[in-house]
Amino acid sequence: MPTVVLSSGSGALHLTGGVTEFEVEATTFRRLVLELEQRFPGLGKQVEEGMAVAIDGEIFQDAYSAQLRPGSEIVLIPKIGGG
Amino acid sequence: MAKQYVSATINGEQSEFLCETQQSMLDVLRDVIGLTGAKEGCGSGDCGACSIILDGRLVCSCLMLGVEANGTTITTIEGIAQGDKLHPIQQKFLEHAALQCGFCTPGLIVATKALLDENPNPTETEARYWLAGNLCRCTGYDKVIRAVMDAAAVMRGEAA
Amino acid sequence: MNYIDSSLKVVGTRPLRPDGVDKVTGRALYSADTRAAGMLWGKILRSPHAHARIVKIDTSKAEAMAGVYAVCSAADFPDIPSEEAFVGEGPMNFRDLAQNVMARGKVLYEGHAVAAVAASTPAVADAALAAIEVTYDVLPYVIDVEDAMAADAPVLHDDMFTAGVDPKPTKASNIAKVVKFKKGDVEAGFAAADVIIEDSYTTQPVHQAYIEPHACLATCAADGQVTIHASSQGHFMIRAYTAKLLGMDMSNIRVNPAEIGGGFGGKTLIYIEPVAVKLSQKSGRPVKIQMSREDVFRGTGPTSGASVTVKLGAKKDGTIVAAQTVLKFQAGAFAGSPINPGCMCGFALYDIENIDVLGYDVVSNRPKVAAYRAPGAPIASFAVESLIDDLASKLGMDPLTLRQKNMAKNGTKTHYGPTHQNIGFEQVLAAVQTHPHWKSALPAGQGRGLACGFWFNIGGESTATVHINEDGSVTVATGSPDIGGSRASMGMMVAEVLGVDISMVKATIADTASIGFTHLTGGSRVTFATGMAATQAAEKVVDELKKRAAMIWEIQPDAVEWRDGKAFPAGSNAGGFEPLDLAELALKAARTGGPVNAEVSVNAQGAGAGFGAHICDVSVDKETGHVKIERYTAIQDVGKAIHPSYVEGQIQGGAAQGIGWALSEEYIYSNKGQMDNPGFLDYRCPVASDLPMIEAVLVEVPNPRHPFGVRGVGEVPIVPPMAAVANAIKGATGLRMPDLPMTPPKIRAAFDAAG
Repeated sequence: MPTVVLSSGSGALHLTGGVTEFEVEATTFRRLVLELEQRFPGLGKQVEEGMAVAIDGEIFQDAYSAQLRPGSEIVLIPKIGGG
Repeated sequence: MAKQYVSATINGEQSEFLCETQQSMLDVLRDVIGLTGAKEGCGSGDCGACSIILDGRLVCSCLMLGVEANGTTITTIEGIAQGDKLHPIQQKFLEHAALQCGFCTPGLIVATKALLDENPNPTETEARYWLAGNLCRCTGYDKVIRAVMDAAAVMRGEAA
Repeated sequence: MNYIDSSLKVVGTRPLRPDGVDKVTGRALYSADTRAAGMLWGKILRSPHAHARIVKIDTSKAEAMAGVYAVCSAADFPDIPSEEAFVGEGPMNFRDLAQNVMARGKVLYEGHAVAAVAASTPAVADAALAAIEVTYDVLPYVIDVEDAMAADAPVLHDDMFTAGVDPKPTKASNIAKVVKFKKGDVEAGFAAADVIIEDSYTTQPVHQAYIEPHACLATCAADGQVTIHASSQGHFMIRAYTAKLLGMDMSNIRVNPAEIGGGFGGKTLIYIEPVAVKLSQKSGRPVKIQMSREDVFRGTGPTSGASVTVKLGAKKDGTIVAAQTVLKFQAGAFAGSPINPGCMCGFALYDIENIDVLGYDVVSNRPKVAAYRAPGAPIASFAVESLIDDLASKLGMDPLTLRQKNMAKNGTKTHYGPTHQNIGFEQVLAAVQTHPHWKSALPAGQGRGLACGFWFNIGGESTATVHINEDGSVTVATGSPDIGGSRASMGMMVAEVLGVDISMVKATIADTASIGFTHLTGGSRVTFATGMAATQAAEKVVDELKKRAAMIWEIQPDAVEWRDGKAFPAGSNAGGFEPLDLAELALKAARTGGPVNAEVSVNAQGAGAGFGAHICDVSVDKETGHVKIERYTAIQDVGKAIHPSYVEGQIQGGAAQGIGWALSEEYIYSNKGQMDNPGFLDYRCPVASDLPMIEAVLVEVPNPRHPFGVRGVGEVPIVPPMAAVANAIKGATGLRMPDLPMTPPKIRAAFDAAG
């Protein structure tokens, strides 16, 4: 099962009761969002609307199909915009 | 108030127009005559995007009244090229990629024309001070100055 | 397909841009350059007060004036409920956006829009604005970030309870959000440090200062269909936000992208379009609104000003073992400063074991900030890169060596979580080391500064279509407004894939009804993401052309090879046919299945992060405090430069904006909370005589996730300049200038204080 790390700056720790690392069954970002929402109500929504997932250092924004592999570094971070 | 009749030579053609007394030459060019190459970046003479050449002098058309154009000879950006043939300044701006968004470009080209009419062999410092009235926010002026110096050399017959 | 290791014929060359002639002859049409029959002039009334309750807006006198056709205020717009959305530089609330476009109940800054008119001439519109009577109940205001955070500060929003703190506050405040990032154990890190150094810094809000003021022309037809002609960093953005703020269906709004006269992040939002549409709906006539420069300064987004402290702990050998920073960012009148990227960027350049970052998003009575090139990063890096320079002095190390010792590499874990991969910071610093500027002796009396910068870069949604025209020439259309030469790079990538000369390909920008959704031109994403879509569309066209040739030759498509713009039989087994070029295939297109074209939409991922390093030499006039930039070199990993001239241009322009931020640009407020310098004379952007040539050095570490190896380049260059200049001033004078801008009076005062 992949391990997901919630970035310390995600602003979502209140939704997880301070838990920053959790194992998930999900194999895609879409499944991850659904699973997070189920486990920590509000977190899935927050991830979907305002966060990105970095998988092995590569930042994915809005990509349901991004593959989560066991052993991958999966970090939920604030979404990035630009000027 | 009644509009004023004004007659001027604009880009080599005799032009007649009516304008309000308080209307700036920039507004006349853009809204009355339909020459929108001169831009309004500030309306206070600080950015140079509205530059025109009036009787041989570089002026900000936003600081001049339309009625003051009566009897004058004016060159705008639309009058710099000879028909389809770009002026060397225009050609060099293109070749040196001296524009990004292009909004300040008409003013810079008109101001460069006025510079080179007066001083065909400016130093880089002279070019920078002459163009200090033309704001460009995209380029950092590097490629603009290179284009100006190259155009000057071409116009002097020194370079291709 | 991936072309990174291919020999390229078009990509990497410097052809003339396809829209160039229009732009040097004055023919290009920007937002304010169009007219419509029967057009009215819209103007907006703005608040003279920094903070006030709107008691009453009486528009009756204005409405009764001859030549006035429509008047509107917040009452004419839907009251939008609170709804978070991700826009421009970060989260934005649509209620806030609506209230920024037209104040509802309260004005929150001087320049806040309160009403608008549409009239037959600009002069009549001005007279009508003067006839609108607004009764205000003036409230105490607060401008500066530290003041706004004070317990007794006037509160802008009764419903703002600081997010990100536990327990949730019960008292409203101006602190919208607190953000924390942690890595390792910063206290243990400092305890293990041999040297600890700390300082505080302030930066002022600076405006993007695009030379083209916001303008638009809106036409509402009798059937409710709306057309908007406007410049922006995304015409789909204009459509979406205008629809949202007016409660309309997007399909009833068509936005034509005018040429854009600069944006730098500032045109990722809307200010006037819903107002123009509303006035057009009410008057039944086309309405044009163009902002004055003063409106732009008073009413549109600068970037945040900030107050920052940084603390670093290092071993004697230069290893930085602990880093801590507190960032307080002004958001303007509504929440949403770029505090997140600010917190993430400053230390992203270095491999530091223990990091603690605390950020505050703070509202005050200033215009709402908008994105500005690498939003948030320049502020953080000004502070961090200044302190690293001082750390180098304290350790007796060369500032480049100190950075090389601590630089982030592939595999460095950032404090915000992810591990860097495919980054080129090491190569950038190596390029500094070998550059003639760095190696040159410093002229007497001058100082040299080095500073670095980082930006994530983004990808996202883009659409491109490639058409083979009937004569075999090629058109590529995208949904990305061309803000700095992207038509050229799109055309070049397509020409490379098709194997044709760039002169055969013309690139255009399609309106919202003519191409698939495309996200903003921003985040340094267009050459990367839209370029990816254009490349893939060209590849699909090549596949189709091979099929058409196969049909003509009556062979299998996989027996056709495409090279140099022609279909060839692949090997002798395929048959001895003469190659077919684009013109020949286009001529037969009707017989082989119809027009040849392809549209590709992508949501591009894998935008490679960018790193840069700037070297700056200055001299400082002790008498006047004037700083002269003597020499400037900007080195950056650009992945792959499609059109090197426009890549260099991004770097040179970003550096120049950063130099303005460093030395001369700031908002100056009166004691009434009104901006005192809303014009280019007093808000001092760099002019040609302020700057030397800016040498841009392109380091190319290809991004493996883009077919040509592209990384975003537009944002990184504004990150290093402030510290590069400050460090150079320190070198020249021994003075550490922690407060931007480093104006002559401040430098004089620092000399005086130093004795």
